[in-house]
Amino acid sequence: MKGWFDRAWRGLLLGVMTLFVVNVALMIAAVATSSFARRWLGTWLPEGWTTSWYVAAWNEFQLGSVLWVTVEVVFAVVFLSLLIGVPAAYTLARRNFPGKRFLILLFLLPLMVPPITYGIPLATVLYKWQLAGTIYGVILANLIPAAPFVILVMTPFIEQIDQNLESAARVFGAGTARMFWHVLVPLLAPGILAASLLILVRTIALFELTFLTAGPDSQTLVVALYYAVFAAGVRAPQSIDAMAMIYMLVTLVWLLIALRFVNPTQLVSRVKEQPLTA
Amino acid sequence: MNATAALARAPFDRALLLIVPASAFMLLLFVYPFFYGLTCSFDATHNCTLSSFATASFTAASYKYFFTTDNQWPTIWTTLRLALPATLINVGFALPIAYKMRVRTRYQRWVTAILVVPITLGTVLIAEGALTYFGPKGWLSQTLQLLHIYEGPIRLTHNYWGVLISLVISGFPFAFLLILSYVTGIDPVLARAAATLGADPAAQFRHIYLPLLAPGLAMCFCLAFVQAFSVFPSAVLLGSPAGPTRVISIAAYEAAFEQYDYSLASAIAMIMGLVQLIIVVAVLGMRNLFYRGPVVGGKG
Repeated sequence: MKGWFDRAWRGLLLGVMTLFVVNVALMIAAVATSSFARRWLGTWLPEGWTTSWYVAAWNEFQLGSVLWVTVEVVFAVVFLSLLIGVPAAYTLARRNFPGKRFLILLFLLPLMVPPITYGIPLATVLYKWQLAGTIYGVILANLIPAAPFVILVMTPFIEQIDQNLESAARVFGAGTARMFWHVLVPLLAPGILAASLLILVRTIALFELTFLTAGPDSQTLVVALYYAVFAAGVRAPQSIDAMAMIYMLVTLVWLLIALRFVNPTQLVSRVKEQPLTA
Repeated sequence: MNATAALARAPFDRALLLIVPASAFMLLLFVYPFFYGLTCSFDATHNCTLSSFATASFTAASYKYFFTTDNQWPTIWTTLRLALPATLINVGFALPIAYKMRVRTRYQRWVTAILVVPITLGTVLIAEGALTYFGPKGWLSQTLQLLHIYEGPIRLTHNYWGVLISLVISGFPFAFLLILSYVTGIDPVLARAAATLGADPAAQFRHIYLPLLAPGLAMCFCLAFVQAFSVFPSAVLLGSPAGPTRVISIAAYEAAFEQYDYSLASAIAMIMGLVQLIIVVAVLGMRNLFYRGPVVGGKG
């Protein structure tokens, strides 16, 4: 009796998981098929195959410049979030000072509030500062979730490093800057790499903030894709699907690189082990 | 004499300066816009410039407009009607599956890798894919008709179900990964000790794992809910943004970028944040009903 129930339960879970994975895989396959289809109207498979939609998408949506903007935004966000995030994580990991709890709350809030909630006031402010619609506005907006994310990921990493190494560097006369550059950064390299890859993948996929702050010349790939789908009917669905495939390949390449260095389950638990997040 | 005096005499710790850039950045681009938006939502002139703040009178007109206009205030319920079921489905299915996967096996890494992929697809791509696959002429509909499971036209796009499906596809992997990391953080020795005392697997889950997981589950519910609650692209592309899936973020976007009423847009953003906050506080409050203490987890 017991064994029967156990087997049924395991079967149910396996079924749900299979259903999910199969449907998502087929969904991606449908987009891929459509992007190579000459004509595809209500049949199992298209009538003919072609790669011309990729050329069409590249020209119609100015993908060359959109990809370049995406690269600029993503790398600027990764670099700047590391630049301000890692030192802040160091202070949070090593020092106790009045107001520390307040600062941790300040860094947690952007991850707990819907992006649209702070994105709309932020976009209003950026418009007043004449920054919205430019690539600088997009970078600043994307930094708001990215910098706290770096801090949350890096703080536990820094806590793991033996403090004696820093003391030794200090004994030999290194100042904070030299100690940072010659002792901490090399030791933190795996953590920094993991954090920057995750920021990279997140920033490519982050829609709302870029959407609210981008102008016509500062759209990233995900926003350009949104506008293409939004104006569907004007253009052939296959060229939109071709664009979607380009977007997916860009993310997947980086995701696979990221998965080589980061075990996703461990990373989340490191964030959890943060003290004072409760 | 006292701690402050001692602190004042101690040499200043320059390492504290390292946190200044990040804090200044957050104050300038997160806290300042928030208070700017809060003030703006009460600005009677709707201009929202610093000079209008200095001279204008403040009213709650934007809030009043939101709560008395027929296509505005129901967006709260529309959003909750989507976000709460989606979050419950995601967390509800992620918990048993992650619990089953807690033992480190050969395919644990494979399953996690497969499940991470939908996270990176992003909501826009999921919407585009779902339009093709779940649409009336898509493969799903054709398969169902071929197998004679359902003969009629299936309508899973441009309505409530389309948005719900996209929220599950993008939200479930996230909930799964988060819960998996919490479950694997619990020392299996505890469950083995319970088994020695005669607890069957169901009792082990009920009395050992569930109470220890409660904080993680609450956190996971909140984070999954944030994602679902701010649904925007899929509600526009995959739902019917004029009708049943006119969610609150659509209302906020229209106020800001179609009516150029920054005051109303800020008011809607504030209401959104408030609803979100109420849910988070309620969930985290429920968590306190459970045991709180060490989980005895150790996994580098």
